[in-house]
Amino acid sequence: MLLVTCPYCGPRPEIEFRCGGEAHIARPAEPSKLSDKEWAEFLFVRTNAKGVFAERWNHAHGCQRWFNALRDTASDRFIQTYKVGEKRPDRTPGQERL
Amino acid sequence: MLKTSHAAHRDLSLPIEQPVTRPDTKAQVVIRPLPAQARFSLRLNEADLEGAQTAAGVTLDIPINTRSGSAERSSIRLGPNEWLLTGPYDDAEVIASQIDAALSGRFYTLVDVSHRNVGITVSGRRAAEVLNSGCPLDLAEAAFPTGMATRTLMGKAEIVLMRLDDTPTYQVECWRSFSTYVRDYLIEAAREFEPSIA
Repeated sequence: MLLVTCPYCGPRPEIEFRCGGEAHIARPAEPSKLSDKEWAEFLFVRTNAKGVFAERWNHAHGCQRWFNALRDTASDRFIQTYKVGEKRPDRTPGQERL
Repeated sequence: MLKTSHAAHRDLSLPIEQPVTRPDTKAQVVIRPLPAQARFSLRLNEADLEGAQTAAGVTLDIPINTRSGSAERSSIRLGPNEWLLTGPYDDAEVIASQIDAALSGRFYTLVDVSHRNVGITVSGRRAAEVLNSGCPLDLAEAAFPTGMATRTLMGKAEIVLMRLDDTPTYQVECWRSFSTYVRDYLIEAAREFEPSIA
């Protein structure tokens, strides 16, 4: 079973978690000043990276906290997890294989 | 004291309150539903824990996923800002007022969930194996020693699992409507070791 390391609970089975999509997407401060295209991009357009990708995850059947995770979308390997509000760790592609 | 609890009085016993395993001590696993208990869900910001390490006779300032207190009264820290408090069923009003007194001036919520949850104990040599039939957690001594407690899954139902002693005895807390499912799941798994279980 895939283990996901919750920043609060430690390594826990994957089925306790829910994925919440791409992380670090800031809501525009004044949505009314955006064009429809810009607003649609904020709502719907995501990176869809192959490789290291920052995602929001929720420990739904555990502490129920949201946190962020760096995951390699090609290998499905979790590289690092960190609390919401913390800066995205600097990981260059390829480092996850260490 | 003014009765402020919104918990409905339970006249009818749950269908799971009948004995389900041989009560003899040689059994490899014993599954036993617990009587009614007072339970509270407490939410309090971590920052507000300062100066309120204990409340209602239990310690709040404990590591996440641990349990402290006695069989009578205990606090289980389920997350950075969430606790499950338990106590004797008739003490619900007392516990609530003691929490109010201990946390006055802080932002918190205290919800009586006595009737939402049902407790089941699983004890004996094979208890961890029975639980692992539906729970993916590592229950080995090193990973889940006595005093650990966490929310997790049992089959399709969400439970709170705690290890009470070194027998080992585990307590499974599930929502009331899941209780027959969880009990039947545990019995099904326990039959492997105790074929006589009905």
